[in-house]
Amino acid sequence: MLAWFLRRLGQIVPTLLILSVMIFGLQQLMPGDPALTLAGEERGDPQVLAQIRAELRLDRPLPEQYLHWVARAVQGDFGFSWRIREPVAKLILEKLPVTFQLAVMAFLIALVIGIPAGVISAVRRDRPVDWLANGLALFGISMPNFWLGIMMILLFSVQLGWLPPSGYVPLTEDPVQSLATTIMPAFVLGSGIAGVLMRHTRAAMLGALSQDYVRTARAKGLDERVVVGRHALRNALIPVVTLGTIEFGRLLAGAVLTEQIFTIPGFGKLIVDAVFNRDYPVVQGVVMATALIFVTLSLIADILYMAVNPRLRSA
Amino acid sequence: MSGASDSPGRRALRRFLRHRLAVFGLVVVALFLLAAILAPWIAPADPLQTSWTAIRKPPSLEHLFGTDENGRDVLSRVLYGARASMAAGVISVSVALLIGVPIGVLAGLAGGWVDAVIARIADAMLSVPFLILAIALAAFLGPALENAMLAIAVTASPIFVRLARGMALEARATDWVEAARALGNPPWRLGLVHVLPNIIPPLLVQATLSIAEAIIAEASLSFLGLGQQPPAPSWGSMLNSAQRFLTQAPWLAVFPGLAIFLVVLAFNLMGDGLRDALDPRGERR
Repeated sequence: MLAWFLRRLGQIVPTLLILSVMIFGLQQLMPGDPALTLAGEERGDPQVLAQIRAELRLDRPLPEQYLHWVARAVQGDFGFSWRIREPVAKLILEKLPVTFQLAVMAFLIALVIGIPAGVISAVRRDRPVDWLANGLALFGISMPNFWLGIMMILLFSVQLGWLPPSGYVPLTEDPVQSLATTIMPAFVLGSGIAGVLMRHTRAAMLGALSQDYVRTARAKGLDERVVVGRHALRNALIPVVTLGTIEFGRLLAGAVLTEQIFTIPGFGKLIVDAVFNRDYPVVQGVVMATALIFVTLSLIADILYMAVNPRLRSA
Repeated sequence: MSGASDSPGRRALRRFLRHRLAVFGLVVVALFLLAAILAPWIAPADPLQTSWTAIRKPPSLEHLFGTDENGRDVLSRVLYGARASMAAGVISVSVALLIGVPIGVLAGLAGGWVDAVIARIADAMLSVPFLILAIALAAFLGPALENAMLAIAVTASPIFVRLARGMALEARATDWVEAARALGNPPWRLGLVHVLPNIIPPLLVQATLSIAEAIIAEASLSFLGLGQQPPAPSWGSMLNSAQRFLTQAPWLAVFPGLAIFLVVLAFNLMGDGLRDALDPRGERR
């Protein structure tokens, strides 16, 4: 187990290093000289330009710039935001809890809808309930997040006036208001994942229900609910657990547009604002942080997979 | 049943055509492609033509989808918007295939450090969610539809690298590729003649699903102002401006979104149908 864990970590390090080279390389795609962009009105003043270049180390050779950047990134320092003049890491840490709350709520919604729908649809295979569940799953997967968000605002905020169309109240400040401001975006984010989870639960349940141990359980005369719930579902959930962890990471991407539409000051809004403000260190930091979260989640997924599947532990 | 109709391709086609939802998807995709190509002839109005007297008029016989905040005909803009979306979907994914497949096949056949490096690069790119990587790339390239398409193509390519590499690795271990190699076939010939034809079915399925993802990505980038630049119509940027007039002109938000949803749904249905049709074991998931 330890050897496996170390080997897995050994794969992650080069992956992140390669990614860091690519993210650093993004800067080179930029048209024009960043110093000129940053200097703004003072672009005619060679002294200002020289000062900016020295401060950002733009006057050094590329490999040196990269090493400097990556050496600090390893210590959790992604440099300073060009516009807000604050450390990028601080900005990310400030915004992350907001998105995390949204992601957890979205994930709960996805679990509550996706897993029962998958189970029912597998048990009632090729019946109307199965078609309905499959249809809804496809609907959730194909619906663009941002359009669903706009339509929900139109219905629940503009027409019915039940929920605020935008804004965010932290959970610690006012839990009720906090839920009111996050329930729509969480549903928007969760609906696609619910579809994915439903499809995988259904496939895994169909596999499990055709196994010998399920037949044995039925032959023993066990109640069908016990057979489905205790025998089939427990085994079917193994791949779903792994997948769910990875889908959780994908919520971060979905949050980008969803937060934009509901004006929620989270991680996704941070990268969008940074893109608009041409605040490139923030863009780089956010991409790197996302990769770190994603890679960590897939490591957790692998560990969970091992934990729930004893047969793999000795391997 | 005649012998000729029983080739694997024909059997797959028959299975696909029996899949009613997949055929529905194909029809919808064909309609949107036609709309994109024929937009100049079928659009009732010029999509850029503003009108002071027709600002934010709800759908009517004169303007079936209503008019926008500048008095432009929404139906015409949706039809022209299909051009940006379909181009982004089809061209980006074609470029992604052209980048990803040769690199993947090369990695799988070459093995050794070439393979190790390529596989790690693909892993690295796949460790950032699709949309975030596309946004970052588009941001650095600068706002324009071509740049958004390039960003989407690059972001979509590692999945094809991984797929092609896996299939090439599998093929390399088979006796017939081993035999072809022993006969002295050069690597490029091995890849082209012996590996590529076998990986086309899974690539086709993945490409269809990737087009759906690319269309959402283009709409998202345009929504954020990183894709098609106004006043040129695109569904994403139409939704962005519609958001400002939700109370006064809700129809502005309905039609472009519905178009994105339908196209994406259609490509997903086609992808599901292709997967079922091309998998000879044919178990529906």
